[in-house]
Amino acid sequence: MWYLCVFYHRLLDYRRPEVQSLAELFGGPGAGDAVEWRMPENHHVDSPFHLVRLPGDERLAAQIANRSLLVKGIYELWGHGNTYEELERAVVEYPEERKLPYLTPESTFKIVVDSFGKVISFQEQNEIMKSLTYIPFMGRVNLKNPDHKFFVMETDDYGCNNGLPPVVQRTVFFGREVGAADRHLLPTYQLKSRKYIGPTAMDAEMAFLMANQGLAWPGKLVYDPFVGTGSILVAAAHFGAMTMGADIDIRVVRDGRGPDCNIWSNFEQYKLPEPLCVLRADNNLPPWRPGLKEVFDAIICDPPYGVRAGGRKSGGRKLIKGTVTPYTVPDEKRDSHIPSTAPYSLAECVHDLLHLAARMLVMGGRLVFFFPVVREDGVANPAKYPEHPCFKLIATCEQILSMRYSRVLLTMVKVGPYTEEVEKAAEQRHREFRENHHKWMEEGNLHSTVFSPADQGAPVDRDSKPKYRGKYV
Amino acid sequence: MRLLTHNMLASNARGAVTGYPLKLQVVKWSTKEAEPNADFLRGMLPKIDWAALVAATQALGLPELLPGAPPTDAELSAEGAAEDEGSVLRRLHRALLEIHIEEGTLVCPDTERCFPISRGVPNMLLHEDEVRN
Repeated sequence: MWYLCVFYHRLLDYRRPEVQSLAELFGGPGAGDAVEWRMPENHHVDSPFHLVRLPGDERLAAQIANRSLLVKGIYELWGHGNTYEELERAVVEYPEERKLPYLTPESTFKIVVDSFGKVISFQEQNEIMKSLTYIPFMGRVNLKNPDHKFFVMETDDYGCNNGLPPVVQRTVFFGREVGAADRHLLPTYQLKSRKYIGPTAMDAEMAFLMANQGLAWPGKLVYDPFVGTGSILVAAAHFGAMTMGADIDIRVVRDGRGPDCNIWSNFEQYKLPEPLCVLRADNNLPPWRPGLKEVFDAIICDPPYGVRAGGRKSGGRKLIKGTVTPYTVPDEKRDSHIPSTAPYSLAECVHDLLHLAARMLVMGGRLVFFFPVVREDGVANPAKYPEHPCFKLIATCEQILSMRYSRVLLTMVKVGPYTEEVEKAAEQRHREFRENHHKWMEEGNLHSTVFSPADQGAPVDRDSKPKYRGKYV
Repeated sequence: MRLLTHNMLASNARGAVTGYPLKLQVVKWSTKEAEPNADFLRGMLPKIDWAALVAATQALGLPELLPGAPPTDAELSAEGAAEDEGSVLRRLHRALLEIHIEEGTLVCPDTERCFPISRGVPNMLLHEDEVRN
């Protein structure tokens, strides 16, 4: 059945993939691919109004909407038109048997008048509601806890385009709400009230979106190899998943800022079950036993890509530069020795991550991670995303961070088994990275691309740029 | 660190052949209760190295906790298993997910390299001269 899906006007690229992931989660394998989209006439794809066909009944639509972060509401559309007269005709024509069950005298209801791009005054709202006399509402009004919520929504060219291409024509929608996002969890989980955060802690909303892309669910095991302060695992645990994390920095994973301010306290703060395990390990040399594979249902992470935090791997700084022979740790110092670490290029880090995921994810398991992309002339480079024979890329969601770079949330599904050939090819690559450490460090050095001073050309006229809040429009 | 993690970890230091199973030397451990999830346990069971798990419970002084052979799917799915304290499902759940090693050491069986566990976090990072080339 087709529904009207109204999104929040933010993180535009993340909206449809979230709905599809949740369709897969609640509707079973293949349901995500079965979702179909259409735009209402004259609407740009950045518009918050989308039409969606979901492979299931209304319960599925409600489950998707209620778990999502970016769906303002999913509605059974009773009619729409360019004017209120057209809306009336459409609603009157909508089959009675679809309408009457929700208009019975025993039920309670509420009507909300909403708009995109303008505030409708209370008086105007009242007038719009009064004009709905052609709908035979029999129930009683209940504003606090109604059985059914009806929405009148309109969008028009109000003179200000609100960051979108000009609206060609006014559109008015009337629908019955099937489900809506619960964004109340965002103030609860916002970083500013979290006890233990680090410089790259993942924003709560984004962490929940990542957990949705990773299909976090009770009984599933989610792993984050760059766990840091645990901000991604907190979101996964909120949705009931079991969690595990690793980090190369012992101070972050073990010590935190004291006995009451560390990874564990973050889970305690929200009354979530603590991670099964947090370990200190190197993503470059993961300590998994030989033969172990297919244990994680999802790997969700934000790899260090060298702009705000650079990756590190074991092996010793000087050793990798080739300036000294391997440093030997004196026996009496072994217990307290803190090994120096070498920088870890993004290319190698991503290679190791894909290999880890190929080995450790169950078939159909998901790898969700951020990948940086350099932008030129205000548009992300037609990027070449990492590839792996075991994985199928199903979603790319860009978040623009500055004029120079974006990060793209990649969602991959494991579609091929982990075979000996895959393992051999990965070992070969691993050696190659080790032997050409310098080359890889220079290639893809994002830090200099992002932070080097701008060309000394004409100063950029800030006002000349369109202030669209859509993605590229 | 839960015993589930112990079951998954190995030493990857230079000189280790398989580096598994790591010998468990426990200084301090505690029990942290959690809700059992039968689906999770059923899914995880085939991936568990049973001998290593039994050895780990013995190192903790709990030789009676687990049977010598892994439980069958039927035993895990038995009705009321999640509620019955003594069921094999509950005991497996306890062994894998409720026992938390706070302080101790993991010892590589091949090289005797010690990986400390402190404040519940095993430190698997290698020193410079232990990384394999």
